[in-house]
Amino acid sequence: MNNKRPKFLALHQIRLPLPGVVSILHRISGALLFLILPLLLWMLQCSLRSIETYTQLSEALRHLPAKLFLLAVLWAFLHHFCAGIRYLAIDLQLASGLARARSSSRWVLAVSLGLTATAGVWLW
Amino acid sequence: MVDRIVTGAHYGLRDWLIQRVSAVIMVLYALFITAYALSQPHLDYNSWTRMFSSDILRSFTLLTLLALYYHAWIGIRDIVMDYVKPAGVRLVIHVLVILALLLYVIWSVQILWGM
Repeated sequence: MNNKRPKFLALHQIRLPLPGVVSILHRISGALLFLILPLLLWMLQCSLRSIETYTQLSEALRHLPAKLFLLAVLWAFLHHFCAGIRYLAIDLQLASGLARARSSSRWVLAVSLGLTATAGVWLW
Repeated sequence: MVDRIVTGAHYGLRDWLIQRVSAVIMVLYALFITAYALSQPHLDYNSWTRMFSSDILRSFTLLTLLALYYHAWIGIRDIVMDYVKPAGVRLVIHVLVILALLLYVIWSVQILWGM
């Protein structure tokens, strides 16, 4: 195999199709969720351990940066969730073909953003 | 007849399946918890801990967390295999991720049964 072939990978010039956008966001949101796992476990621990730690946690989460952070985490979760369900549907051959691949991608983006917005309204 | 030389470690199909089974477990848990939280007229510390006092829910939670950790391992491993080429760096990241996930397992049991 010739390993000296020229490579041209200009990331800013690559325009992903919609299913590609959903796919890379699935990957990014998954990595993000993995990185904040210890924080989420710690929050679960605080919420269960005692009434004091529960109150401290809910006080801390009342501030604006914390709420914005929660919203970002929620979006990552919801996008990963919806995109994952789309992949399960594709495995069951429920969304084959280019037209359906595109429309289901649009649904994933819309539903995850819509649910994040709903949660945002509920949080405030 | 095709004389095919099969190579590789043969974990592809198993991991593919585990990734989907663990995903379904997490979907069921997420729907259950959301439905429960929304059905509570007033969600506070008492109703929250009352829910987690049942051994069935604790077990369901731990099962979901174990599914999550295995799911995370397969996902992170795939990302690392795609972007990290030097074998040494890749090995170090893999070991650190596995150690972290094993610690999360212990921590999860402590959170759920030590409250």
